[in-house]
Parts: sequence; structure tokens; C-alpha cells
Amino acid sequence: MTAELKDTAEYVVRRAIAKGASEADTFIREDENFEVSVRLGDVETLKESVSRGLRLRVFAGKRTATSQTSDLSPAVLDSLVDETVEMAQLTSADESGGLPEITASVSDLPDLQLADPTWNSFTPEQRIDWARRAEAAAMKTDSRITNSEGGSFSYERSRTVLANTRGFLGEYEGTGGYVVATPVARSSEGMQRDYWLSIARFQNELQSPEAVGQQAANRTLRRLGARKVRTCEAPVIFDPLTARTIVSHVFQACSGDAVYRRSSFLIDQIGKKVAAPQVTIVDNARLIRGLGSSPFDDEGVPSQLTPIIENGVLQNYLHSSYTARKLNARPTGNGSRTGAGSVSVGPTNFYLTPGKVGPEEIIATVKSGLYVFELIGHGVNAVTGDYSRGVVGMWIEDGKFAFPVQEVTIAGNLRQMLNDIEIVGNDPAFLGPVSAPTLKIRKMVISGE
Amino acid sequence: MEATRSIFFENYGVSTKDLESYLDAALERGGDYADIYFERKINYSIVFEERIVKTATKAVNVGVGIRVISGEKTGYAYSDDLDRNKILKAARTAAFIASSSAEGGRVGINAPSVNENSLYSVQLLSTDIGIQQKIALLKEADQAARAFDPRISQVQASYIDETKHVLIVSSSGRCVWDVQPLVRLNVSCIAEENGQRQSGYQGGGGRRSLDIFTDDLNPRAIACEAARQAVLQLNAVEAPAGPMEVVLGNGWPGILLHEAIGHGLEADFNRKQTSAFSGLVGKTVASELCTVVDDGTIPFRRGSLNIDDEGNPTRNTVLIEKGVLQGYLQDHLSSKLMNAPVTGNGRRQGYDNIPIPRMTNTFMMAGESAPEDIIRSVKKGLYAVHFGGGQVDITSGKFVFSASEAYLIEDGKITAPVKGATLIGDGPTVLREVTMVGSDLKLDQGVGICGKEGQTVPVSVGLPTIKIREITVGGTEK
Repeated sequence: MTAELKDTAEYVVRRAIAKGASEADTFIREDENFEVSVRLGDVETLKESVSRGLRLRVFAGKRTATSQTSDLSPAVLDSLVDETVEMAQLTSADESGGLPEITASVSDLPDLQLADPTWNSFTPEQRIDWARRAEAAAMKTDSRITNSEGGSFSYERSRTVLANTRGFLGEYEGTGGYVVATPVARSSEGMQRDYWLSIARFQNELQSPEAVGQQAANRTLRRLGARKVRTCEAPVIFDPLTARTIVSHVFQACSGDAVYRRSSFLIDQIGKKVAAPQVTIVDNARLIRGLGSSPFDDEGVPSQLTPIIENGVLQNYLHSSYTARKLNARPTGNGSRTGAGSVSVGPTNFYLTPGKVGPEEIIATVKSGLYVFELIGHGVNAVTGDYSRGVVGMWIEDGKFAFPVQEVTIAGNLRQMLNDIEIVGNDPAFLGPVSAPTLKIRKMVISGE
Repeated sequence: MEATRSIFFENYGVSTKDLESYLDAALERGGDYADIYFERKINYSIVFEERIVKTATKAVNVGVGIRVISGEKTGYAYSDDLDRNKILKAARTAAFIASSSAEGGRVGINAPSVNENSLYSVQLLSTDIGIQQKIALLKEADQAARAFDPRISQVQASYIDETKHVLIVSSSGRCVWDVQPLVRLNVSCIAEENGQRQSGYQGGGGRRSLDIFTDDLNPRAIACEAARQAVLQLNAVEAPAGPMEVVLGNGWPGILLHEAIGHGLEADFNRKQTSAFSGLVGKTVASELCTVVDDGTIPFRRGSLNIDDEGNPTRNTVLIEKGVLQGYLQDHLSSKLMNAPVTGNGRRQGYDNIPIPRMTNTFMMAGESAPEDIIRSVKKGLYAVHFGGGQVDITSGKFVFSASEAYLIEDGKITAPVKGATLIGDGPTVLREVTMVGSDLKLDQGVGICGKEGQTVPVSVGLPTIKIREITVGGTEK
């Protein structure tokens, strides 16, 4: 199958040149998916598929156009290539456009262990069983778990092929699976729902479905009886799940796209202090078995480790070949082709490096404050860093959890929040390409009653 | 010119006999129901930035999704290849869910028909118009935004359109098809002054062709509105923190209804008893000033559909009448299991997704108060007219929506603009706090995108100016 995809990739870029393009590259992905959800012990949905997608970028000198299709039949591909080349004549010349100057050496790619061959022996029956066991473990944790949005298991295998007209032809494979449980708890004070999941490239690195179910149940139970608190200013601790979102805002602000558009709260800050000294953030595409790892990016640029913030000082922005040219920097291997359009900047494994303090110890430092484990809404202004989001969490009194909290917001500004990170935990949760440990922020405004 | 047959028959060689054989295969293990969703979607998008056309993009997505229902179980498989054998294989994969030994039997389907409703028939589909005309719209928007104010330093204007062909057949004999156009223009601006930067955004569109971009939706109007918001924010003061009286402007602030009650009334959550609204039909959930509907039949609207993605006609469903909860938004599966009529709200992102209950155009009916009187009645409060987005926890009922343009109201007058802030409340109770409803109902300009279970669909919302006695505002000024 892969040989066929490589042939298609080479054919497409050759045709683009034949039709008048000066340069072109194409990115093909084939995904094999299996998804099962179980609710109250019975299979609710079972979904299976193999799908393919091709993305093409052509240049006519410094002009460019792109296209995407799920239909790889020869007639559709031919007409799409031709139309993409025609469209490129109608866009504007852009001095920063073009293929990357440097691409990875395909004979010398690192083995990042992205694909686990043992998935092949993990049968559909076992997959369904894992979903069932995760839910069952959640349901039997406590009698107050009265309902469920189910347990799920999902598996994916993908093949990526990239070719360009400068002779680059690379490919790699990846696998991944996750197991999740979403129980519902009820008490006289109402209903609550939460979830937990385990995700990994390798089957033997997943948490057991029982562990996932129990953790999901405990996370749900602790929310029962949640109430508002009075409007005040207090220390705020983010658990690893919510701390990730803070780190993802830093990613957004450091992406070359946001920087050249001046729509980032971190522009013109390289070499300056932007966070507390205990904050170090990296983008590391070479993490072994990392969820965001790859040997080269979606333009063929070799992947790498890029320091973002070192001891509070901003080191680098992240770039595609386009944003690198535009901002007079080197590409960092962060070219990403998620949509149908131009190559954007995406994270690989973008994480805040853990500190030495355990989460209980961090909680113990707070006399009166809020521990956050869910954030809702979109109240983050990427341009100014202004921050206002809904939260669910626990009120802390004298270093201990006092009662659960909901229907309140926390507000501040990301610039200030990064500088106010007082303690970095030792407990990172790698649940996606962006990750972080527990973080304590000196103070924020909590709006409630 | 309306085509008389779906492209799947004309261009892809699909025949009624094929369709029957796919349904037979889907039901060969004895499922109760099967349906097949063919989709071909063409999109063009163009980005205009830094005064040049950065890129133009075309996307072609074709596929077929096959669903088999057996009791409460759903089997689903899809193929992005319309080859007969690939579709048969997908049908057999979906069939796997059913374990009954009952014989499937032969399925017969009706003659294919296009739906009689025609909410969005257009002379010339946007995807059949050359990109030069679309680029001209973007240039006009770019120039207007830059001319609006010298403090506008960055402008990004983008255009995206879509023509979606669908053909839906089911084991109940249904065979219907539709052609669904969608266009949208977006402008975002950055304003800079004294080292301070702020952004503004406005968009607009609907199920129509390029001719929609006139009057209120002309590129100049959209661009000037984005620029106005960016410049306005340069002088914004800190938003207040704590509970207060809030007036919501008309139009897009209807996102309140979408988050606070709309999602909670989707039938799947209520069938599973996981919604904060479960069991509340017939109960008072809002002040008697509030009547809320979900209406998928408004011509040319972004959330409208002739037929939903299960082939049922859309309709106008009353969710709340004078404060009393009337019912839920249903898809095929939930309506069967709850023994309730379908409401034409079964929607999906595409052929690779299972349909689930979703909103279309959700809004509150106009009341009798003059909007000026509503503002005048507030001693100290917040007037919020533009929002970024929202989210809800269906189970606890808590929801948020984030104001991007809001002002303080002091002694009945609109005063200083405030920075963006999240508003947070409780879905089943917030509408009880509605104390005034304006006469100025307006729907949004056609930018809504709703996400649920990883699937996004276009929607609209609408609201007259309303006053809420108390809601928590998440600013920083205590």
C-alpha cells in the first residue's frame, strides 16, 4: 500500500511541473481507524474505516495555491493538480514563499519508535472488552455513580508520505490508542460528569482500563455538591490537565504565524524575561514514542528540539519554512498540514519541564485558594493575553481541599500569569502533544457570588 | 437551473439497484434499520493578508457512510472510495453490530426525489464562479478596513465557500437528495497605538452564492465592523468581576440560548438522562417572557437545511413556550427510543461521522420592550453586544460565553467599553432571570460553528435585546 502512495505522490508533483508549476510538494496520509463505545455494559457504537487524504501545494514562481482531496482516483487527481496550478497564477507573488531549502536526509532518519507492531495481535474483541472494562470499573467505584456516558476505546494506524519536486520522498508510520471512561454521578445536589483517559502509541504503555475507570469515577465524585465562592483574589493551582491549556496558549503566542501577524502577546520578546525563573518550555519532536514526535515535519524539514523558554527567558519562536523566511529565522521543523490551505505552524511535543515538588505539597502551600481541574469557554485573547475562563475545581483551606467549586470564573493576563508561576510540579501528564505538570499561580481574580 | 437527478446517479454511476444491494448487505445480520449517506463536498478558500492574495485553496471530499442500527446499538463504517466493492465491504462492516440471527430480507427503495422545500436555491453556485470575483471581495474588505482608521495595522480577510451534494437512502425506502451551498467572508484586524495592540473580528455569510455579500453583508460593512471593534478595544477598561445585571444586545448574543439551553435539549443526552434538563418537559425553566425555537427552515440561513443528514425535513420546533419547556431536538435513533416524533435535527459533519441531534437556527422570539427602555432601566450593569464563543457542561448545566465587546451601563446610560470577559451561569435557571425582552429580534450574520463529540456543523443563533437580572461576570475589577 505504501509503495502505491509513494507512486501517487511522485506522480502528482511531476504532473504539477508538467502543467507549469515551478515547484510543488504533496503530503498523503492514510488512516486506519477503529472506535468502539460501550454504554451501561452494551456496545453503543462501533466504527471502522480506512481513509486517505492528499494535500498538494504548488508554486508558480513566488505565487502559490493549495488543494486537498479524499478522492485519489486518477481523473480527480489530474483535474485537481491542473486546477491548483491554474489557481497559483491568480494569487500574488510573496517573497517569502517556496519549498524549504533544507529537508531531512531520508536515508538517515532517527528511529523514534512511532509505531507499535504488537497492536496487530490486539483483536477487535479485546478492544471492545477494554471499553467495557473501563466503564465497568467506573460504575462499580461508588454507589453515587448512577449513570454513564460510556467507556470507549480507539485505535489508529497512519502512514504519511511526503514528496517534493526537489527530490525529497519520505515516509513514516505511526500508531496510537486510547481508552476513556465518562461516568455520571448523582447526589441530592445534582448531577456531575467527568472523564479520564490514557493515550499512548504503544499498547503496553496504556493504563489498564480498570485504572482509567477508577480515576474517572474519582474525578467525577469529587465534583458532587460543587458551589460558587465569593468574588475574591487568591492563589490558583492548575492540575496537569488544565495546566496544559496554559502551555498551549504559550505555543500559540510563539508560533511564527501569530508572530508575523502581530497577533501574539509574546512578539518582540526574544531574549527577554517572559515567565518566572522556574519555567522552562521546549518543543521536542524527537521524544521517543512521543505523541507529537515525527522524523520530519509536513514540509520535509528535519524535526528537532527547540528551546522556547529557558528559566523564564524567551529563546525562540517556532517556524514553518514560510514564517522562518518572513521573520529571518531558521525553520524549526514545525510545518503542519492539518487543513486544506497553506502550511501552518504546529506543536510537536510542546511541554513545560517538570519541577521537583509533588502536587500535595503544592496544595499544602495555599492558605486559601482555588485548585482548578476543568476550564470551560474560549475567553483567552491571544493578542493581549487577557484571560477569563469558567472553572470547576476545589476550594483549598489551610492547605487542604475544603469543598468543590463551580459556576465561577478566573481572570488575569497571561503575561502576568506566566510571571506569577510560583511552583512547578513534578507530575506531567502526557495526554497529547502539549503537556505540563501541576502549576501554582500566585494570584488571580476569582469571580463568583 | 435545478438538476433533476443527484450527481451520484449522473456522475458516479450509482443506481437504485446498487443502493438496494448495499442496504441488503447492511441488514444481512438482522439490524433494525440501515441508512447510507453519500456526500461530495467542494470548497474554495482564499486568504488575503498583508495586502496580497496569500493563497487560494480547493478541497474535494467524496465519501459514503453506512449506518446499521440494532436496538440501541449503532454500527458505522465509511469509505472515501465509491467503488461498489468498497461500499459493500463498508456495509458488511457496519452490519457486524447486529447479532440477531433473523434474516435481513430484501429492501426496496422509493424513486429518488429532491426535497420539495427549496430554502437555498441559487442561480449560480459559488463553487462554479472563478476565484477572481472572490478575490475582488477580499480586496474591497482589506481596503475598507485599512481606510477605517490609521491605527489599523494588520488586516486578514478570508473567503470560504462550499457546495455539498448529499444523497440519503434508508431501509425504510427513503431516497432523497439535496444540494447545499454555503459561503462566508471573515475579516480580522489588529489596531495598534502607543505599543498597545487589540484585535477585532467580523464575519458574515449563509446558504447562498456571492450575491449574499450586499447590504449589511457587503465586504466594506464587514471590514469596517471588524476595524471598529479593534479600535474600540484600545480604550477598553478592566471588566467588572462578580454577579450583576446584564443586558445582551440583539443578534449574535443569542449564543446564550445555544449554550444555556440548546445543547441541554438535544435528545441524546435526555434519552440517556445525562442532561441537566432531563425530565423537565412541561416544567417552567424560563420567565414567561421567553419563547425559544429551533427553526431549520429559514431561507438562506447558515443553519438551515431542506433535509437533515438523515433525510428528514427540517422544521420549526418550539423548545420553550412562555417559559415552559416543550420538548427536545430529535434525530432518528433518539426519537425511536423515546417514542417521540423526529424533528429534523439529525446532523453530521460529513460521511465519516454518525448523525446525532444538533441545533439549526436557534433564537428567542421578540418581546414588547423598546431596546432603549431596557438600557434605561439599568442602574449599574453590563451591556454585552458581541461574543467570541461559548461552552456548556451538559450534565451540571453550567455554561459560559465570552463577551468580546461590552460596555458598562451607569444610571441608564451606556458608558465605557470594557475588556473581554466570560459570563458564567446555570442553563436550567438563567432564563428565569430574564426580566425584559426587546422587540428587536435579529439573527446573527452567518458565522456560527457548533462543536459536539468532535463534529462541527454550521448553525445560527438569534436574540432580541434582553435583560437578565443577575449573571456572574468574570472580569478582574472587583
